[in-house]
Amino acid sequence: MSAHGKPYVREVSRYGWFFRSPRYLRYMAREVTCVFIGLHALILIMALMRLSQGREAWEVFLANLTRPAGVALQLLILVFAVYHSTSWFNVTPKAMPVQIGENFLPGAVIVAAHYAGWLVASVAVLFLAGVF
Amino acid sequence: MSERIVELEVLRFNPETDSEPRFQRYSVPCMNEWVVLDALNHVKESIDPTLSYRWSCHMAVCGSCGMMINGEPKLACKAFLREYEGVIRVEPLAHFPIQRDLVTVIDDFVTKLKRVKPYLIPKEDQPVEAGEFWQSPAELKRYKQYTLCINCMLCYAACPEYGLVPKFIGPAAITLAHRYNEDSRDSGREERQQEIASNEGVWECSFVGACSEVCPEHVDPAGALQQVKIKSTVDWYQEHLLPGSKK
Amino acid sequence: MAKSNKPIVWGLFAAGGTVTAFLTPVLLLLTLLPAFGVMPGLLSYDNLRGFAGHWFGRLLVFGILFLMLWHAAHRLRVTLHDFGVRADGLVAVAVYLAAAAGTVATGYFLLRI
Repeated sequence: MSAHGKPYVREVSRYGWFFRSPRYLRYMAREVTCVFIGLHALILIMALMRLSQGREAWEVFLANLTRPAGVALQLLILVFAVYHSTSWFNVTPKAMPVQIGENFLPGAVIVAAHYAGWLVASVAVLFLAGVF
Repeated sequence: MSERIVELEVLRFNPETDSEPRFQRYSVPCMNEWVVLDALNHVKESIDPTLSYRWSCHMAVCGSCGMMINGEPKLACKAFLREYEGVIRVEPLAHFPIQRDLVTVIDDFVTKLKRVKPYLIPKEDQPVEAGEFWQSPAELKRYKQYTLCINCMLCYAACPEYGLVPKFIGPAAITLAHRYNEDSRDSGREERQQEIASNEGVWECSFVGACSEVCPEHVDPAGALQQVKIKSTVDWYQEHLLPGSKK
Repeated sequence: MAKSNKPIVWGLFAAGGTVTAFLTPVLLLLTLLPAFGVMPGLLSYDNLRGFAGHWFGRLLVFGILFLMLWHAAHRLRVTLHDFGVRADGLVAVAVYLAAAAGTVATGYFLLRI
């Protein structure tokens, strides 16, 4: 290489590289869902704490969740949670391809199975929780 | 046959005289059905013979003409001019050092490719008289998709993690290791795992998925790497929780 | 090259991501419903205490929260690296400790119900 001169190295910026392409931004949006999943876990832990403190503490906690700020926060988390779910299910055929006999099951079938499972699990939770 | 003047903005770098690269503009009379590589060839033949770039087959098999076209890793022979408007910006593949103009230094990839032993390692060598290693169509299909890799390195140019952490073995090399691991005739998985299941291997991948989006042969490296992660995780639990079961 | 020990944290991340993908949206829906005038029976104090006080309910809630926390922690570690934070060792200790603390808190509150 020395015979041809020194090659030029283009440095990659460790900040803001994800603005270079929309696909990187989509990736970062997916990664950032973790902040909201973590926030939801915190709310659930807080719920357990209030529940362990007695009836009054629980009712206050539940009332807080129904206030506009509580609803707004939960809706915000919901948006990111749904993005996490869809981005997770959409790539399942890549991580877990299914070969039956000679051929691979079409990826769409694996994705659809996950969406169906998601629907069933959601309805089951709502049913067991006494919503209907 | 219609003709159009295409404005090409090409990154130039001469290691003997330049301290850094600069863009050079060419106005190229092009046929409508040309690809970017045709335009570059026209520049070299009729406008500026000093322009350097790699190419060979002109049909997306050799993997030589990978470059950034309007910021996207593409094979220049597969990038049709009719899909572009305005000035077309052509740069060498991202994440690789520039040797000259559009020619990059690919030693890093070649070294990594060698490290993962991308060839069959049979359990024991057989004399030719012993005959073929048989394989069923299902066993072939299990890894066939990964054999389509042409080592064009577009996936390395697309992978932000490789750009940020250059020691990462990267999409194509790990995918090719996976290709041989999945081959029923092979017994070399443990040797390859030493490389691809290391910290520099598959664990630097955060599943951005860009590699699969830019792959001109639809190899789906991102899928291969996730499968390697799952299998390496199963390995880990077997090696640490079931000590007797040394594979 | 030595094989990595990352499978421990990655395995929990993947398991947690799957559990979260299936359950987080509906759990949010459940706690959003009261604001829109639908009160799920489970959310009444007596019913929820009954559920979280039962050994099976406890185990379920503990498992789900443990995996959710690990999922979020591990992805946060990767995300911070993507945002340019290079102190990966320090970040790893911090996020995993936070997840562990959350898990311990979950167990503690569950046992007090």
